[in-house]
Amino acid sequence: MEPISKVEGRAYPLGLKNVDTDIIIPAEWLKTISRSGLGKGAFESLRAVSGNVFDDPEYAGAPILIAGDNFGCGSSREHAAWAMADLGIRAVIAPSFSDIFSGNAFKNGLLTVVLPQEAIDRLMQVAQTDPINVDLETQTVTTPFQDRFAFEIDPFRKHCLLNGVDEIGLTLQSGEAISTYENKIAAERPWLVPSPT
Amino acid sequence: MSTPQTLYEKIWNAHVVERRDDGTCLIFIDRHLVHEVTSPQAFEGLRAAGRAVRRPDLTLAVPDHNLPTTARLDSTGKRIPIADPESAQQLAALEKNAPEFGIRYIDATDAMQGIVHVVGPEQGFSLPGTTIVCGDSHTACHGGLGALAFGIGTSEVEHVLATQTLQLKQSKSMEVRIEGEVGPGVSAKDIVLHITGVLGAAGGSGYVIEYTGSVIRNLSMEGRLTVSNMAIEHGARAGLIAPDDVTFEYLKDRPMAPRGADWDAAMAYWRSLRTDPGALYDKVVVIDAADIAPSVTWGTSPEDVLPITGVVPSPDSFSDASKQAAAQKSLDYMGLTPGTAMTDVEVQNIFIGSCTNSRIEDLRAAAAVLKGRRKAANVKWAIVVPGSGLVKRQAEAEGLDRIFIEAGFEWREPGCSACLGMNPDKVPPGERCASTSNRNFVGRQGPGARTHLLSPSMAAAAAVTGRLTDVRELID
Repeated sequence: MEPISKVEGRAYPLGLKNVDTDIIIPAEWLKTISRSGLGKGAFESLRAVSGNVFDDPEYAGAPILIAGDNFGCGSSREHAAWAMADLGIRAVIAPSFSDIFSGNAFKNGLLTVVLPQEAIDRLMQVAQTDPINVDLETQTVTTPFQDRFAFEIDPFRKHCLLNGVDEIGLTLQSGEAISTYENKIAAERPWLVPSPT
Repeated sequence: MSTPQTLYEKIWNAHVVERRDDGTCLIFIDRHLVHEVTSPQAFEGLRAAGRAVRRPDLTLAVPDHNLPTTARLDSTGKRIPIADPESAQQLAALEKNAPEFGIRYIDATDAMQGIVHVVGPEQGFSLPGTTIVCGDSHTACHGGLGALAFGIGTSEVEHVLATQTLQLKQSKSMEVRIEGEVGPGVSAKDIVLHITGVLGAAGGSGYVIEYTGSVIRNLSMEGRLTVSNMAIEHGARAGLIAPDDVTFEYLKDRPMAPRGADWDAAMAYWRSLRTDPGALYDKVVVIDAADIAPSVTWGTSPEDVLPITGVVPSPDSFSDASKQAAAQKSLDYMGLTPGTAMTDVEVQNIFIGSCTNSRIEDLRAAAAVLKGRRKAANVKWAIVVPGSGLVKRQAEAEGLDRIFIEAGFEWREPGCSACLGMNPDKVPPGERCASTSNRNFVGRQGPGARTHLLSPSMAAAAAVTGRLTDVRELID
C-alpha cells in the first residue's frame, strides 16, 4: 500500500445517501481478474444521467468525493474501492460508511473521513467552487474559507495509512502466536476441523 | 462468578489470538468460503508474494456468482462451455487456483455445488460458534447457525488465505427481540424485511446483531438463515441466532459436521453458546410480531419496506430533506406514483432463488401457492433457481419441479442467478421483478431493472396474478 498523508483538491459534491456498491461499480464489471481499469465502470448508472458531477469538467480529476449517510452499503466487493481509486479518488467524506466498505477503502489507501451532516452540508457548498484539504496527520478537513473540521480515525489504521504498512506482512510476524492458538484449539476442540467427505 | 457475556462476546473471546493495546485483535478464522468473483486478485497477491494458504483444510471453494444457471452438461455428459469469455476466465481461475493452493473445490457439475451460503450449512462446513468469512457480504447468513459470519473484501480474503486470521476491532452488540406470534402468510423473509424497515439500511452499522425472542426461536433452520442473511441489509456486520435443538437437528449427519464422539463433544460446547442472563447489549430493539405483515419493497434500498396492503409513499411523508430527495429518486427509478396501492403494481418477471430464499423450505412455500395454478399472461419470465444441487434433487424428489414447470416457471441449475446481474439471468431495463433476493439497488438485477423484494410465497402469488399480491388471498 502506498503511504498517504494529505489529499488536496476539488471534490465531487455528490451528497447522496445510501450510495451502494452496485452504484459505485455494477456487477457486470466484477468479471475481471485484475484490480485495475475499473474506473471506466465507476458510478455507471449515475454517469448515464446528463449533468452528473463525475462528467462535469468543473470537477474533472477531483481526488475527493462528498456523500451522504451510509456510503458504500451493500456488497463486500473491493472492486468498489478499486474503481474509485482508479478514477483518481483518494478520500471520501460522508456522515457514515458501511463497515465493509471502509475496511476495503483502508486496504487500498482510500481515506474514509466521517464528519457530521452540518460539516458535509458546508463542504458541499465549498466544493461547488473551491478545493478542500484533507490532512490525515492532523486529522482535519479544511477549506480556503477558514473552515476546519476535525475527524476521528482508528490509530492503527492511521499508522498503516501514513506508513503504507503491508498488513499481511505485519500479521505474519505473529505466526508463532497463531500456531500456539491452533495447537490449543486442536487439543480443546479437535472436532473443529471439517470431517473429510 | 464471571461477568455475564453475550453470545457475540463468547464467540469473539474464543477466537482472540492476540490483543493489542488499542483494542485491535487478531481473530482466528475457522471457516473460509471462496468463490470465483472476489478471489482471483487474492490468489494473484499470494503468488506475487510467494505465500501459501495457511489452512487449506479450513477453506472451501465453490463457483456460484458468475455461473449460468442453464444446463451444464450436454446430452453426452460433456461440459457446456461458458459463453461469456470474462466469466469463463474467472471461473477457470478458481478451478485452477483451488488445487494449486491445496483447497477443496466443488465443481459446477457436482451435486454439492450451489450458492456458497447454501452449501456451507448444507454440508455441515458451517458450524455454531465458529468464525466464518467469505468475500461476499451475505456471509452474514451463516449467523443463523450461531456462527460469527461476515463478508470481507478481497484484500482480507488474501489476508485470511495467508494467515487464517483477520485484524479486527470488536463491534458493538445489538439485540433485536421479536416476541409474539406472526400471522398467516408471514415468513422469515417478511420478518427480516420488517426489521430492515424498522432499523433502516444503516441502523445496524457498527453492530453485530443477535436476533432473539419467541418468533426467532420458532423459526426453522432455513428461516433463521434467511433472517441472518439480510443482517447486512440493515447495515450490521453480522447477525447471530443462538443455536438450539433446531440447529443441532439440522446439522446432525451433514457430511462435514463432526461425527460420533466428536459430535457429542461439539454439542456440549454448542450448548454453552447463548447469551448469559444479565449480559448487556449496547442497544436493544423490541419488535412486536403482530406488526409484521407479508411485506414488499417499493424503492431502491432494502429499508423501503411496506406491508403488501400499503400504498406507494409520497416523498413529502419523509422527515428530512435528504430522505425526501432519496425517495423521489427511488420513485423515479421505480416508475411508481405516490398513492398507488402496492397490489396494483404489475410485474413482468419473477425470480425465486438467491442465498436468502433458495432452500428447500422456500421452494416448498412457493410451490404450495403455485400448485394447480399458472403464471399470469403478463408475466414474461419466471425462474426458480435452487440454492444447490442437493436442494434441486430434494425438490425433484418431492415433485416440486413439476409444479413450477406446470405453472410456467423455468427450473434452473444452482447459482446466484438474477440476484445480482453478473451472469446471463437479468431483468430487462424498465421491467419489474418480484424477487426473493436481498437487494433492490438501482441496476442490481440488470441495468434499469426494477426490483421488488418479497418472500417465496409472495413471489409465487405475484406470478399467479401478474401483480404484487397479498399471498393471504391465495392461501386458506
